[in-house]
Amino acid sequence: MKILVAVKRVVDFNVKVRVKSDETGVELANVKMSMNPFDEIAVEEALKLKEAGRAAEVIVVSAGTSACQETLRSGLAMGADRAILVETDAELQPLAVAKLLAALAKRESAGLAILGKQAIDDDANQTGQMLAALLDWPQATFASKVEIDGAAARVTREIDGGLETVEMNLPAVVTTDLRLNTPRYATLPNIMKAKKKPLDVVKPADLGVDVAPRLATLKVSEPPKRKAGAMVKDVDELVGKLKNEAKVV
Amino acid sequence: MTALVIAEHDGSHLRGGTANAVAAAAKMAGEVHVLVAGSNAQGAAGEAAKLAGVAKVLHVPGAHYDGGSPENHAALVVPMARGYSHVVAGATAFGKSVAPRVAALLDVAQVSEITAVESSDTFVRPIYAGNAFATVRSADAVKVVTVRATGFDAAPATGSAPVEAAPAGPDLGRSKVLSRELTKSARPELAGARRVVSGGRGLGSAENFKMLEALADKLGAAIGASRAAVDSGFVPNDYQVGQTGKIVAPELYVAIGISGAIQHLAGMKDSKVIVAINKDPEAPIFQVADYGLVGDLFQLVPELTAKI
Ligand SMILES: Cc1cc2nc3c(=O)[nH]c(=O)nc-3n(C[C@H](O)[C@H](O)[C@H](O)COP(=O)(O)OP(=O)(O)OC[C@H]3O[C@@H](n4cnc5c(N)ncnc54)[C@H](O)[C@@H]3O)c2cc1C
Ligand SMILES: Nc1ncnc2c1ncn2[C@@H]1O[C@H](COP(=O)(O)O)[C@@H](O)[C@H]1O
Repeated sequence: MKILVAVKRVVDFNVKVRVKSDETGVELANVKMSMNPFDEIAVEEALKLKEAGRAAEVIVVSAGTSACQETLRSGLAMGADRAILVETDAELQPLAVAKLLAALAKRESAGLAILGKQAIDDDANQTGQMLAALLDWPQATFASKVEIDGAAARVTREIDGGLETVEMNLPAVVTTDLRLNTPRYATLPNIMKAKKKPLDVVKPADLGVDVAPRLATLKVSEPPKRKAGAMVKDVDELVGKLKNEAKVV
Repeated sequence: MTALVIAEHDGSHLRGGTANAVAAAAKMAGEVHVLVAGSNAQGAAGEAAKLAGVAKVLHVPGAHYDGGSPENHAALVVPMARGYSHVVAGATAFGKSVAPRVAALLDVAQVSEITAVESSDTFVRPIYAGNAFATVRSADAVKVVTVRATGFDAAPATGSAPVEAAPAGPDLGRSKVLSRELTKSARPELAGARRVVSGGRGLGSAENFKMLEALADKLGAAIGASRAAVDSGFVPNDYQVGQTGKIVAPELYVAIGISGAIQHLAGMKDSKVIVAINKDPEAPIFQVADYGLVGDLFQLVPELTAKI
């Protein structure tokens, strides 16, 4: 079985992004970029399945500019077998990415697609579910445990009230949550090896996908600022303020 | 224009988030219908019928909706959706699983976790962990939207709409729920609680974390946690507050032994009053706290519990 893993290049989670003064977007010049953390978890899970003999090949896929090659190389350095870049300078929204991934999943006859539950830039939490819909595959979102047993997958999901275990037939889509695993670090020898692994480049048109955005971003603005609070010296002062000033207890 | 809200419920009652989604839907379209699917869901359908702004409740019987199956819900909603201008759901684990699936099958975009409705086609939503807000306009015929509950006051139960039976969709049998391990608690539900006491890595262990229970009980508060506290196994996953956990905006949020990473702040910085207790005076949580107290939580929490 082949596993397709979608990896997105995003602003690193440690960066505090700033809104551009003309409100057209956020400042991306000279900002550290990394693989979306949920996608690192997705790569790790795919590698573990391969190591356990449940998969034959792990293919990492990214859609975006040529800079995404760097993200793909990170996935290869973790241990993925090969990479595919869907190269475009166009703005990509989740529906378009899902269509690109669906085309590749079909082309590769993938048996499982693993995505992050959410990209930490657009915070959309959509692409995996859309991919499953387009392929008419079942889905298990927010996974904290994945077991493959022949043609079935058993996935434990983090839901609002706790945990839920679902069973579905492959092929299927899984999206990762934080507790699924701890991604490995790429070792230096593996980083060197990754440079020689195959990385194919295709264009959206090669896959027959129109990626034109459906949502127009009219403006990107700063969040409302909280007014600075005060330090209290002890518990008595805190209780007094909560009772008499904030009146919340 | 009519909006269809996909209700989330346990049969007898609507789940938190649905009444907020109805309130948001009423701002998008002139008329709001609510879809309640499941076996024995008369109770939930009755509750939906009382929500202000609702013109009609569509009650679809079928045990194949009880587990929240995204495949079955999408198969039900998609054929109905063509008659609606908007399909709306709460931005909960359920809504987030179903709405994108519906949107993709309709070949339309989905707008996630909106916090404001500007007009029938224009919405505001947080991006980058709430460090920016995007105003987006959808040109699609059907707008599929999930609603962040903290952005909209729940529609009050002052209406009385008719409940109509509607035909069920297919049981695709694509996935089945084998088991559920739900966190049991007599405390209020975290997402809608008026007061929240949250703990972080500073608590040090599951055993120590229990000291927050006495404070929460005294305040009638729900208990939340940072990712670090969940990852360390102090509390279950559904306690996590933040960018990738639950979004809360209670009247009072007490953050104990939490440093205040961007991802945590994303889930709680709309709280009305924030209290932080941390031994590190430089902890970023103090930048959003209305009242900050520097010191050892193991001394301060029992004292606060006694005095409040
Ligand atoms: C993709 C991604 C998603 C994430 N999503 C979330 C999310 O949704 N929610 C979330 O919370 N985090 C999230 N995080 C993690 C986040 O970046 C932080 O790592 C996490 O919030 C830190 O938790 P903490 O504040 O409990 O721990 P720490 O940062 O370790 O802080 C512990 C604090 O406790 C204080 N302390 C220690 N001992 C005492 C004592 N005795 N008395 C008083 N104070 C004490 C310390 O001074 C310190 O400030 C995410 C990270 C990533 C990469
Ligand atoms: N441009 C992209 N390239 C590759 N994968 C992507 C891209 N955009 C989204 N994804 C995948 O979809 C997941 C969810 O993203 P989103 O729906 O945007 O929150 C991510 O964690 C990735 O696995």
